[in-house]
Amino acid sequence: MPVSQNASGTKIWQLRNRNQTLVRWAAYLAGVAVFMWCWQRISEATTWFFVWDAPRIAADIGGRAWPPRWSYMDKLWGPLWDTLNMATLGTLLALVMAVPVAFLAARNTTPSAVFIRPVALFIIVATRSINSLIWALLLVAIVGPGVFAGLMAIALRSIGFCAKLLYEAIEEIDPTQVEAITATGASRWQVMAYGIVPQIMPAFAGISVFRWDINIRESTVLGLVGAGGIGLQLQSSLNTLAWPQVTLILIVILAAVVIGEWVSAKVRGAII
Amino acid sequence: MTAVTLEERLGTAWKKPPLIANPALRWGLFLAAAIYLVLAVASIDVNWARVAEGLSRGWAFITSFFNPDFVSRGSDIRDGILESVIITVASTVVGILISIPIGLGAARNIAPLPVYLVCRAIVALSRALNEIIVAILLVAIFGFGPLAGFLTLSFATIGFLAKLLAEDIEEMDKVQAEAIRATGSTWMQWINYGVQPQVMPRLIGLSMYRLDINFRESAVLGLVGAGGIGATLNTAFDRYEFDTAAAILLIIIVTVMALEYLSGIIRAKVQ
Repeated sequence: MPVSQNASGTKIWQLRNRNQTLVRWAAYLAGVAVFMWCWQRISEATTWFFVWDAPRIAADIGGRAWPPRWSYMDKLWGPLWDTLNMATLGTLLALVMAVPVAFLAARNTTPSAVFIRPVALFIIVATRSINSLIWALLLVAIVGPGVFAGLMAIALRSIGFCAKLLYEAIEEIDPTQVEAITATGASRWQVMAYGIVPQIMPAFAGISVFRWDINIRESTVLGLVGAGGIGLQLQSSLNTLAWPQVTLILIVILAAVVIGEWVSAKVRGAII
Repeated sequence: MTAVTLEERLGTAWKKPPLIANPALRWGLFLAAAIYLVLAVASIDVNWARVAEGLSRGWAFITSFFNPDFVSRGSDIRDGILESVIITVASTVVGILISIPIGLGAARNIAPLPVYLVCRAIVALSRALNEIIVAILLVAIFGFGPLAGFLTLSFATIGFLAKLLAEDIEEMDKVQAEAIRATGSTWMQWINYGVQPQVMPRLIGLSMYRLDINFRESAVLGLVGAGGIGATLNTAFDRYEFDTAAAILLIIIVTVMALEYLSGIIRAKVQ
């Protein structure tokens, strides 16, 4: 505890008084207790023999996985194209649906703050809090396995994200510009098109590219639940324990993610 | 742009200027986008018969949200959610503890170059690998169970928190840190009194946000056998037990909403 004393040993300054210190220590104690309890539960559910054996297993898998089977690349171009399409078309579809939701959710453009705004906010939270893999699981059960299910999963997952960022941008617009357009006698839609849209356009472009980047990452694994793309190949390679193919697929996914991030950074740099 | 005189403009209606000034570039981009869209849409073969058949199931799923079934698989749901929460809490705590030193090391203004490069490499690796892929590898190595999920989320937390913490430290006010250094403080005291008070509010806010993300992610780790509610959810979908699935999804949504609300309050308090 930081305390300053003068030459005769009398306290002249102290960071916290006794009660504050006690409250702090109690909070730390509670935190450590909760963590230890969680750790105990995890530890009970773990087969420790496998964990002690892990270095040998990891070395074994590593030995089988190297070198990657480059010849398998021929079969990956198709799934890679599907993955790109799922991400791009999914993002487009999500934007089409997110724009009206965002306008309904923003405090300054919503038609009714009491009835419609909570519904729009619920759509945003619900689509955001469910992971795209769960959406894919659901859509595979509904529309059958394939790229279409993955595309819809990406689209549904992205609505909440895009709408949330977009409605925050709408709420932060400069009201004087809107007022100026209104003062010319513009209709409701004209105010929207000339007063609000130009102000949120940069944010909108940034959000779309940002989400597209995230969607590239997410669409690479959707195949694990049967929703098409390169994840499908990953799943079948894992199931047949074809480790050299798994290595190649992981390298391809990593490359796709890095290229996606590079493209989105370039585009965002050009727009903003 | 050619200069336009007022006389020419008089009597003609105002036209909105195009988004991209160069017409060749504008039409080129437009054409490229159109060709890509046609190719992409054409390459997706939708089995419309299967979709039509599935629509009734989709409707059944939507209606099951209005009478979710919490009871018939009650114990599975309870155990799964509890395991998800445990994984979330443990991995967030460990992730924060590890990401603080890495975040300090990844800030260029307080770390020497070799340390900086190592820490940045760890951050980049953690951010590039998708959680599910890490979970698959860790399940293969450590066996099924929550330990793999815990390690996955801890690893993912490091990339997220350390990066944002490092950026925050790089933007800090140098004057305050220098004042502490001028008192003759040791390195630890310098970090503790010069740097930490400046980044603490942001760190707390980000930690709360990461807790929220980790809970959402822990719900899918079960799909690959890394523990949590995901396994139960997967089984429910596979058996078309939509009322149970809806119950689980509702629990996830409500928990995420509660966490978001809580983190909003905490962030408003510390900032």
